[in-house]
Order: sequence, then C-alpha cells, then structure tokens
Amino acid sequence: MSRVAEATRPAARAVPSARAFRLREWLEREAVFSWLMLAPPLLFLLLFLGYPFCYGVYLSFVRRPVAQPATFIGLNNFLNLYNDAIFWQAVWNTFRFTAAATVLKLAGGLGMALVMHQNFRLKGMTRALLLLPFIVPTVLSTVAWQWIFDPGMGLFNRLLMFLDLVKQGPSWLGNPTLAMVSVILVNTWRGLPFFGITILAGLQTIPDELMESATIDGAGWWGRFRYVTLPLLMPVIFIVTTFSIIFTFFDFQLVYVLTGGGPANATHLMATYAYSVGMSSGQMGMGSAAALAMVPVLGVVLLAMSSYVRRR
Amino acid sequence: MVGELTWSRRFFGLWLPLTVLFVFALFPFAWMAATSLKGNAELYDPTANPLWIRHPSLDHYIGLFKESNFVIWIGNTMLVATVSTIISLLLGVMLAYPLARMRFPAAGLLAITVAVTYLVPQTLLFVPMADLINRMKLGDTLSAVMLTYPTLLVPFCAWLLIGYFKTVPKELEEAALIDGASRWRAMTRVILPLCTPGFLSAGIFAFTLAQNEFLYALLFLNTSTIRTVPVGVTGELIRGDAFYWGQLMAAALLGSLPVVLIYSFFVKYYVAGLTAGSVKG
Repeated sequence: MSRVAEATRPAARAVPSARAFRLREWLEREAVFSWLMLAPPLLFLLLFLGYPFCYGVYLSFVRRPVAQPATFIGLNNFLNLYNDAIFWQAVWNTFRFTAAATVLKLAGGLGMALVMHQNFRLKGMTRALLLLPFIVPTVLSTVAWQWIFDPGMGLFNRLLMFLDLVKQGPSWLGNPTLAMVSVILVNTWRGLPFFGITILAGLQTIPDELMESATIDGAGWWGRFRYVTLPLLMPVIFIVTTFSIIFTFFDFQLVYVLTGGGPANATHLMATYAYSVGMSSGQMGMGSAAALAMVPVLGVVLLAMSSYVRRR
Repeated sequence: MVGELTWSRRFFGLWLPLTVLFVFALFPFAWMAATSLKGNAELYDPTANPLWIRHPSLDHYIGLFKESNFVIWIGNTMLVATVSTIISLLLGVMLAYPLARMRFPAAGLLAITVAVTYLVPQTLLFVPMADLINRMKLGDTLSAVMLTYPTLLVPFCAWLLIGYFKTVPKELEEAALIDGASRWRAMTRVILPLCTPGFLSAGIFAFTLAQNEFLYALLFLNTSTIRTVPVGVTGELIRGDAFYWGQLMAAALLGSLPVVLIYSFFVKYYVAGLTAGSVKG
C-alpha cells in the first residue's frame, strides 16, 4: 500500500508541473502576454472613455432634464442648436479665438526658439523660467490676469493712466472686442513657451554642417532661415500647431474663469457654451449635442491642415 | 569696429528680445507677488506705484489660511495628483509595453486608437461623464476625480512611454529570454529599469496636468473640504461680485508653488516629455 503510494507520488507531482509548464509556455506566447497586459488598461479606457463617448452620442438624441427620465427626440437637439443664434456666435468665436491665438503662439514661439538657439550664459535657467506660464495651473494664472485687466485698479489701466495715455482706462473684459482680445492674449501668454521650447528642440536637431555649407554657398541670415531652417522645422511646427489647434479649440478653463463667456456671449466658446447649456441650465441632451458639434468642425480643420501638408 | 558690430548684433539679436520675452512671461507673477504682499490700504490707493511695495504685510496670507480651507485644498490637490499619476503610469506601462515591443495581431490598430484617444478632449465627454459618476454614487468624492483624471493621462503616458520602450534594443530582451527569464521577468528586471527617464518624464507631466485639471473638479467636487485648489480658489475666494484680490493673489502664488518646485527639480525630464509627446496645451 505504502509502496504504491510512493510509486505514484512522483507521477502525481509530475502532472501539475507539466500543466504548469504548459501554462507558462502559453503565457510566454507574444500574443497571450500582450493581451493579458493590455486587458486592464483597455477595460479602464473602455469604461471611462468609450462608454461616456457612446453615452454622450445617445444623450444628444434625447431630452433629459436633470433627474428626469429621458425621452427620445431624434435630431431635435441639433435642430434647436441650428436655430440658436448664441450657438453660432460661439462657433464663430471659437474659430476667431483658435486662429488668432495659434498664429500669435506660432510666430512668438518661432521667435523665442530662434533667440534661444544661441550661446549665452544661464541658458538652462532661462528656458526653465520662460516655461513657467505653461507650468502654472491655468486657473490660477487666469485669476491673476483677471486682476491685471481690472478696469479700476488693474495693472494695465494703472500703467496707461500713469503714462498719461488715457484719462479713464477701458473696461478690458466689459467691452466685447477687448474681451476677445484679452482672452486671446492670455491664451497666447500661456501657450507661447510650449511652441518656443518644442521648436527649439527641433532647431537643435538641425546639423551645424548644413548651416555652414549654406553660408559657404553665400546664403545670408534670411537665406539660411528660409531655405534650410524652415523646411527642416516643418514637421515639428506641423505637430505642435496641430496639437495646439486641438487644445485651443476645446479650451474651457480660461474663458470660464476670465469672462464666463461674456459680455453678452462675446467670448463664449463652444466648450463654455456646452457647459452652460448642459450643466448650468441642466439640459443634458442639448449640452451633449453642443459638445458633439465640435467634432465635425474640428475634423474639417484637421483635414484641411493635413491635405495642405500632403500637397507640400 | 568689428567688436562694435558683434556687440550690437548681440544686443539686438539676443539681449533685447530675451528681455522682452522675460517681461512678457513673468510680469503676471511679479504682479501676483506685489499684490499679495500689500495691505488693502496701499493695494487700493490709486496714487501708489502698483509694482512697488511700501509697507509689506502678510495679512492676505494669514487671512487665506484662517478664513478659507486653502491648506485642505492644497492637500487634496497633491493627493489627487499623486494617486492619478500612479494609476496612469501603471496603466500606461501596461498599454505601452506590448504596443512598443511585441508583435501580435491588431497591434497597429491599437496604437492608432491610443493616439486618437489622446486627442479626445474632456470638453467632449464631461456631460456623460457627470452622469456616469452620479450613477456610480461617486459624486462629491475625491475618488471621482482620481478615477476620471487617468482618462486624460493614460493615453498621454502610453504615447510617451511607447517612444521610450522602442529605444531599448530587442537583443537585450532576447538575451534575457535565452537565459531562461520569463517575459515578465525580462520586462520588470531588464527593460523597465532602463526606461527610468521615460517614467520620470511621463510622471512629472501627468502630475502637472492633474494639478492643472479644472473641469472635472468643477463638476464633481462641491463640498468645500474636498475641493482642489483651482475649484476652491475660483469657487470660494471670489465671493459674489466682491474680489479679494490680495487673498486671491496669495492663493494663486501659493497654489502654483508645489508644481513649480517639483518642476524646477526635474526641468530636464519635463522638457523631454514636452518635446517628445507634443503635449496638451
């Protein structure tokens, strides 16, 4: 009896170890290992990105006031938006804001990169300090800007009055045009260093030999910039600009804090408008529709950009 | 003559534009500091020099600590940013490692999906997200933002880490496998330790993004004691139409301090992350 038990024991031990070996072999297969690793993050993203996205699409087809059951109303939310003058103003504002801010950031950032691409002392420190506007939490710096724009005691108006340029400073955030200018200025202030530092990194990858041979061939400063630097920088500039357009287009915090979309909707962007409809007025369906309306608009912008680049 | 030429070139080509950039980038911070350190009498005196402090005072800082939950907001912000950064790094590695180093069906498609989700802005998702969080009974808890911030950070971390993982030669992994290591061991003992700069870059960046987040915090955090700095400052220090500028500027300055401190220690990695991923801004 005991001999039998002894005889079978090694075999019994061998069975699970063979199975364990097979399991291990299975786990070692590239596809199996990959999918086991991918499963948790993919499930997370499906639950918290995929599901809200699909649910948002569904919401845009229903009328759903807060804490009430939803009723399906087809395209009515979109039709209501189409007939809403404020929505179209927000669309127009978003385009103006994105275009102006992107051009300013690109021009300024390119300038910053070219200035920084020289040898001088404390360069690393300079770079770190110039990036500060981009690091500091947007809401906090925007509150500071609100105080800079303050009509009575703000920095701008006090400087204007100190220099005797005006008797009474303008209401920066109270005048529709000036409010848009202010919002663009603050977005430029925050985003310019991002362009500058990224383009600088692109500049540093251009080999010195190219510049030297261009100089030997008789190219001046402008010639080197136009025919060597700029073409080689195009890929970096394209990526930075695309990213910036997307995140400027969807900007929310800045306008929400600085003007709240006012005065009289003059600075409402599509994002702040969607927030005010979906959250402040509590019409979740309409809010979702307004948010989704940003997708095709942005798609058109990006398609135009990529076709432009492909042609070049 | 030649010396004069290089001097003027140096001045107009470097020092002058650099000064302009410095003033443009940093004057709001000087204004914050000057405002926060003045008493109200001097602050609202139209004849006083706005950028000069005659009678420095810490009243606004003391008021900020005594009259508001600012210290709690700072603690909440740090906690939320730390937890969501750790979650995002973990999930980011799990996403990036197979996509960068393994060959399996649908890998290419998945990589594109990650790139696309990286570009999906939260303004598109906040309405359904608010509903989802309410139905999970997580409204008004810090867990709500700890769970939702990683949706913004994971695609970014994965995107950045894919780049880092690809730079490690495949031979290293193969050598480890031939020596009898499992894929898991090869990953944790050989490849990941070589990518520490990548983790620092992604971590610092995720941390600053999490500190900066406003929309979800605004939606989900209503009770004063569970707010983060951005929603606390805009929601409570701006009281109706009356602005307490001294306290607000003190809060803006102090609220920026943690992230600036961390950034100053890791500038190199931050810039690496910034230029590698071309990041949300």
